[in-house]
Formats: sequence, structure tokens, C-alpha cells
Amino acid sequence: MSDLPKMKIAEARDALRNGDVTSVELTEACLAAIDGADALGAFVHKTPEVAMGQARSADTRIKEGGAPDLCGIPLGIKDLFCTKGVPSQAASRILEGFRPEYESTVSGKLLDDGAVMLGKLNMDEFAMGSSNETSAYGNAVNPWRRNGDETALTPGGSSGGSAAAVAADLCLAATGTDTGGSIRQPAAFTGITGIKPTYGRCSRWGIVAFASSLDQAGPMTKDVRDAAIMLRAMCGHDPKDSTSADLPVPDFEAMLTGDIRGKTIGIPREYRMEGMPDAIETLWAEGRKMLEDAGAILRDISLPHTKYALPAYYVIAPAEASSNLARYDGVRYGHRAKLSQGDGITEMYEKTRAEGFGDEVKRRVMVGTYVLSAGFYDAYYNRARKVRTLIKRDFEQVFAEGIDAILTPATPSAAFELGRQVEDPVEMYLNDVFTVTVNLAGLPGVAIPTGTDSQGLPLGLQLIGRPWEEGDLLNTAYALEQAAGFVAKPSQWW
Amino acid sequence: MSIDTETAARVAKLARIRVEEAELPALAQEFSRILDFVEQLNEVDVEGVEPMVSVTPMRLKRREDVVTDGGMQDRVLANAPDAREGFFAVPKVVE
Repeated sequence: MSDLPKMKIAEARDALRNGDVTSVELTEACLAAIDGADALGAFVHKTPEVAMGQARSADTRIKEGGAPDLCGIPLGIKDLFCTKGVPSQAASRILEGFRPEYESTVSGKLLDDGAVMLGKLNMDEFAMGSSNETSAYGNAVNPWRRNGDETALTPGGSSGGSAAAVAADLCLAATGTDTGGSIRQPAAFTGITGIKPTYGRCSRWGIVAFASSLDQAGPMTKDVRDAAIMLRAMCGHDPKDSTSADLPVPDFEAMLTGDIRGKTIGIPREYRMEGMPDAIETLWAEGRKMLEDAGAILRDISLPHTKYALPAYYVIAPAEASSNLARYDGVRYGHRAKLSQGDGITEMYEKTRAEGFGDEVKRRVMVGTYVLSAGFYDAYYNRARKVRTLIKRDFEQVFAEGIDAILTPATPSAAFELGRQVEDPVEMYLNDVFTVTVNLAGLPGVAIPTGTDSQGLPLGLQLIGRPWEEGDLLNTAYALEQAAGFVAKPSQWW
Repeated sequence: MSIDTETAARVAKLARIRVEEAELPALAQEFSRILDFVEQLNEVDVEGVEPMVSVTPMRLKRREDVVTDGGMQDRVLANAPDAREGFFAVPKVVE
């Protein structure tokens, strides 16, 4: 197997310009790696013809000079992004056969820069899940295994296919989306880097909506520099998304100096959870030491409403989902149930949605319907939105007191086994305990691999930044990355 | 908060998702569990707190009230499960 897919974006960018490699060669090597990795369940729609056409155009463009950073770089695209003429079904049966007539703004920006799309990546259905087990395509599998053990582990979710594909070197990087931790948790489970930018940095137009006030797209990459390069290409104002910010997008890569002397890093006491594994405690302590050694000032802080973030999320996200998913009615696109004699339009809706949605999606749509229904709207939905205000205020206060970034664990555990019997839906929700606050407050958050547990599985830390200061946040992440020196890779079994 | 099967059936109806009679008790139990979990929100003092409406403080942009796109009936209908004569086709809506 060729080593080309192991390249990082920055390396490939330089190699392409020096003529050491062509995009066609890189793309062919990635396509071969993808074909050899069906056991990972990462790529669910392969687009080799599209990719090769794009690679050839990219090679011409690079020769002409002045091509953007991502020109000729082979990427994987999460199935949540609508891609013109290519199946885009959010890992749901209800969107089976859907081929969008348009391109999402973010994937369109990547393609306009000359990036190559290798195919669509597995995920939890409608991005609802933390283990990629709710997908209509079946599981994505983590390329990492415990030492001397062949148990199949989850790559996390919802961007599980993206995480598996990047960790296994099937592509140079991938897009993800994050509503409660769906970029950062899978990144941590697979030893890669993932950033969710500030709410509004990336356009949501053409990304299948889950919870519109929480959803953000972001890159999933092999290191912080690649995250900076790819994030810049994904960001920017879009008139088609009224919540996208009309702010200049800085050159995030140019901000990676690794110098964090004098920066103040907050350590929130509420993130020290009872029953947290020792490995996570140790990882966090090591991370604090690394930042301190790099010249940062550490300060204990309090974010008092942290405990209420998950319950608030599990009111707000289902409420928004129930509204967003009302569009799947069997009329305009996707699946329509076969109807019996005499069935009217209501039966068509009910049968179509019962057949098309998986159990977790149904559960959340119905919970959302309940909390929005007459008589419960104030008690649940409005109360949750008030608590959300308080959660955001907690962050605003510590930032006003001079905190530049906040260091926390990314996940409460390492990757767990697939197929573990989860009878209690709430148990799965706890995976997002460290990441969900960031979505509620609309802040940027990045997960970086910094160590492994006793069984050899990767573990990640999370840095949370001030709104719109992804450049500064990535620079802190870069300093942490350099100090941690995490270079482990999964050994190939697939 | 305990949800009975009758409430579960009503919510399923509102959400336009068919749920078989036999599945209602399990569904009611799952709802109860999730609502118990979010019940913690009642511990928080939210007196005088405004519910969050916009994640980042910004004024939504306005655009000119003009037609910017259109005239693509075929593309709009391209993914329809049943399209006839330039329209979406659905079963009988009124009696």
C-alpha cells in the first residue's frame, strides 16, 4: 500500500507545488486505501470518477500557479453535507436515493478551492448519536484496537466515519459537523484533531439540519496545522445562511507560532466528574503541566451551570430536531411508504416517517414534540433556553476576568466497544458531557490527541476559546500538540 | 415525570410517526426516563433570566425583496417520490 494517503494537508500542499507528487497520484492512492478498508465502514458512497476528474483539473490549476492551499487535496465529506448529484442521505433510510440538485456552501467552498472529493462518510443518523451505531449504513469501526484484543470499538459519533477515515489514512482530512460534540468526541476516540468553530463561522446552508442553533461544521484532520488550513477554507459569510457571520476570516495557519507565554488558561472545577477514569484525570493533569511549561498561566475557574448543560441540551436539541425533521414527509424527496387502499395523506406521513426514521431519531423527534407541545412549552423548552443563557453567561464571566482559553478532557472515557447493550438512552448522552456546553454557548472548541490509556487507545483534551478567536485557540492547541508529541497510529488490521 | 401510554400515543400522533399499540408502553418508559433526566433543570433559579434566542449577538441581515432564483421546476421535482405533470403528487387530502 502506498504511503501517500498518510500525508498531511500541509505536506501534500508543498509536495504538489514542488512537483514531487500529483493530485492524480494522491487521489489514486487514497481510492486504493478506501477500497481496502471496507471493514471500517467509513466511506459509504465512493465517488472515484468525480474524484479523478477533480484531481486532473487540480493538477492543471497547480501548474498554472497561485492555486489555493486545498487544491488537489483528497478529502472525505460527511454524509450530512448535500453534494450535487451525489447521494446525501444523512445516514437515514428516509433520504434513500436523494441526490441533491445543489452543493452545500461549505463543501462547495472546498471544491472551489480545488479539493478532491473521495466520497461520502458514515455518521449517526441525522447526526444523532455518539457511537455511529444509529446509521442506516451500519456501523463505522474505529481503526484503533486495544492492545492484544480484537474487539471492535466505536470511532465515536456522530462524525464516526470521518474520524475513522482520517485516523486510518484513507484521506488527508475530512469534514465533520458538531451539534453536541460530534467532531470533538470522535476526534478524541481516534487520535486526530477536530475543531468546532464559533457558531456562525461556517455556513449551515446545504448541511442537513439537526438542531439549527447548535449545528456547526468543522474540519477533522491529522494535526492542528491542517485544521487551521482547512478551517480557513470552510469559513466565511454566506448570504444563504442568515446566522453566518459577516466577519473577515483570518489566516489561521499564520497564527500558529506556538508561543503561548503569558496566556491565561482556565481549569474549570465542575469538569472534574465523579467516577472519571484515572487515565482521564492523569491526561488532564499532564495537559495542564504542558501548558504551564510552555509559559501559560493556569487558573482554577468555576462554570457553575455546567451540570445543567446536558439536560438543557436534551430539551433544546430534540425540540429543534422535531421542527427541522418535519420536512421529511414523503412528498418532495426521499422515501415514501407503500400505502394501502384508502390511506390518505396523514397515513402517508405516519407510515413514511415510521419506516424512514430509526429508533433514536424517532425518540428525539417525539421528545422534541412533547417539550414543544401546548402546556409544556414553558416548563421545558423555555426553561431550557433560560438555563442556556446562564451557561453562556458562565463563560462570558471567565473570559471577562482574563481567561484566554479553557482546558478540559474531551471525553469521559476512551473509545468503547460497538454493540454494547445500552438500554438507557441517557447513558449514551453522557458521552457529550464535556463538549455540549461549548455548543450551547456557541464557542469554538478543539480536541487534540495528547496521550493513550493503559490499553493503548488514544485520549484527547479539549481547549475552549473565546468567540471568533479560533486563531488564538488553534495556536494554544498547537503549543499543546507540540508538547504532547502524540504520533501513535493504529496498526493496520483491516 | 411519568408518561402514560395515552400520552405517548398522543405525542406519536403529533409527530406524525406511526407507533404500533404494542410498542407504546416501552416508548412511554423511554420518554419518562429522558424527562426525568431533564427534570434537573427545575433546580436552577431562572427568575428574571431571558431565554436565549440568538447564539451570537448579531442583527440578522436583510436582503432586497427581489426574486433571486427560480424557473427550475424539473430540478425541484427531480427527487420527488411521485411527480406528475409538473406537480408533487400526494394521496387524497380532503374527504
